[in-house]
Amino acid sequence: MKLLVCVSKTPETTARIAFTNDNTAFDSSGVQYIMNPYDEWYALVRALELKEANGGTVTIINVGPAANDTIIRKGLAIGADEAIRVDAEPQSALYVARQIAEYARGEDFDIVFLGKESIDYNGAEVGAMVAELLELPFVSHATKLEMDGNKAMIVADIDGGDARLEVDTPFVISAAKGLAEQRIPNMRGIMMAKRKPLKVVEPAAAEDLAVSVRFQLPPEKGDVKLVDPENMDELVRLLHEEAKVI
Amino acid sequence: MVLVLAETQKGKFKKASLEAVTYGNKTAQVLGTDCAALVLGPASGLEELGKYGASKVYHVPDAGLDNFDSQVYAAVISQVAEKTGATVIVFSHSALGKSTAGRVAVRMNAGSVSGANTVPTLEGGAFKVTKGVFSGKAFAEYEIKSDIKVLSLMGNSIPVESSGGPAPVEELSVEVPAARVTVKSLERVEGTTPLPEAELVVSAGRGMKGPENWGIIEELAEVMGATTACSRPVADTGWRPHHEHVGQTGIAIRPNLYLAIGISGAIQHLAGVNNSKTIVVINKDPEAPFFKAADYGVVGDLFEVVPRLTEAMKKFKAEQG
Ligand SMILES: Cc1cc2nc3c(=O)[nH]c(=O)nc-3n(C[C@H](O)[C@H](O)[C@H](O)COP(=O)(O)OP(=O)(O)OC[C@H]3O[C@@H](n4cnc5c(N)ncnc54)[C@H](O)[C@@H]3O)c2cc1C
Ligand SMILES: Nc1ncnc2c1ncn2[C@@H]1O[C@H](COP(=O)(O)O)[C@@H](O)[C@H]1O
Repeated sequence: MKLLVCVSKTPETTARIAFTNDNTAFDSSGVQYIMNPYDEWYALVRALELKEANGGTVTIINVGPAANDTIIRKGLAIGADEAIRVDAEPQSALYVARQIAEYARGEDFDIVFLGKESIDYNGAEVGAMVAELLELPFVSHATKLEMDGNKAMIVADIDGGDARLEVDTPFVISAAKGLAEQRIPNMRGIMMAKRKPLKVVEPAAAEDLAVSVRFQLPPEKGDVKLVDPENMDELVRLLHEEAKVI
Repeated sequence: MVLVLAETQKGKFKKASLEAVTYGNKTAQVLGTDCAALVLGPASGLEELGKYGASKVYHVPDAGLDNFDSQVYAAVISQVAEKTGATVIVFSHSALGKSTAGRVAVRMNAGSVSGANTVPTLEGGAFKVTKGVFSGKAFAEYEIKSDIKVLSLMGNSIPVESSGGPAPVEELSVEVPAARVTVKSLERVEGTTPLPEAELVVSAGRGMKGPENWGIIEELAEVMGATTACSRPVADTGWRPHHEHVGQTGIAIRPNLYLAIGISGAIQHLAGVNNSKTIVVINKDPEAPFFKAADYGVVGDLFEVVPRLTEAMKKFKAEQG
């Protein structure tokens, strides 16, 4: 099977979120970056498991600048065979999707994997866009994927429930928690990753139709109001009369 | 025109869809145009969407639209958008919205913002709209530059408003391509409101000590009419089902009330819940970081406090009748 996994780079989950240039840009000073957890823990690992069971190759692709090579190498260390980096500073989901589709078109991947969303801009958009550009079916928020020949049996999250779906390859799938278990790269994987191919390609021309212009931090919470643990009637009263939520 | 996709479930409009129609109407007012709703697949009572601000309801009744194939949905929605001259297409940020909005954006060559939480503004001709980013730790304002715009609305961002009367319904016939994804079965958690739509959420963490103690959480949730949730380690160890896991790597929610019991308030947990309107924290450790993000706090042993709270809620409910 020929498998493609789209991986993005996001700030580490405990990173301090701040902005510069009059709140128009993300302040990356001192921020550690990681591979987006949905891409690393679930999408990539399930792709590797399918390769191990059925043979084939796993390629990872990232649209981003040279600084992203560290997370790409991590993907190779976890077990991907080769990597592509489209050398660009992505601004919007559609831009990223166009680059991925441009590369994937004609490569005949059986399955294109993505994460359900990136934890920085929380778009959950790129997967649907890649699928549309490649004219392929798309199943989002998959928590299970089993293959039988070219037929896939998928369980996907649908707001408050599960859908059991079937689709034939080729298709695009986005990974949610449950699809696989996180793998930690070992020393051998890290050594081998250094010799695996990481190809850098130029971006295709694409427009940014939606761009972020300003950021804002949520308003500071006032001090917490402590309620006597013996007096839960008081808490109920506050929720009813003051917060007006019950 | 602003075109809003109104999703149905078991023949009824979802709350998220009524929010989306309300939102579509407000957006139309900003743009000085009308709002129309679009309903796909077999459904009834469509004229009711007029109450929430749709001046017209388009219906594509084809039974083939009762599936989950985003490719089919996108083809149909794009055709309707073209036929009706829609310039803004609004989805709910639901499972269907997430798998379909991006496709429609590609088809219409539209700039898109997913998970929008404010009504767009139009100052000096620039179309701007805000959404939550960094898993609830900040907001970003986007400018959309294309003629056609695709938005998806984050649930619980704006209250449903109803004022108008019934709207005229027009059936449209469009080409419905064959589905390539086959639905084998659908299972929904019955009885309770699904987490992303819940207004009241009772959530518990490792402070519960073990799954056998969850009875007190379920009882409190039941008395309140709330949906239950949990922290990640609780779902990871199988104490609770995965679909209850909230936070940065679980589901992000923004209920009116988030009641956190025996949860420390790690930054990844807060990321999924800190846009809740009101947060109540019950924890025996006064230094638990969650208190900094809370509106109301109770420092005490949850095994004593929760049953007391349940009794107080029962009493309150009885008084309310
Ligand atoms: C990349 C990454 C992503 C993550 N994503 C998520 C996520 O999406 N969601 C998430 O929840 N976590 C996530 N985590 C984990 C997170 O960092 C915390 O470990 C987790 O939230 C802690 O869960 P907890 O609060 O239930 O447990 P603990 O941190 O163990 O807290 C238990 C709390 O219960 C209190 N307590 C104990 N006994 C009692 C009692 N009798 N009465 C009252 N209070 C009591 C304690 O004082 C303590 O504050 C993530 C971590 C990483 C690294
Ligand atoms: N710059 C990127 N390069 C490669 N893949 C990406 C990039 N950005 C997002 N993706 C993929 O698209 C998924 C959804 O991202 P998003 O639509 O931004 O929430 C991610 O989980 C990745 O799999």
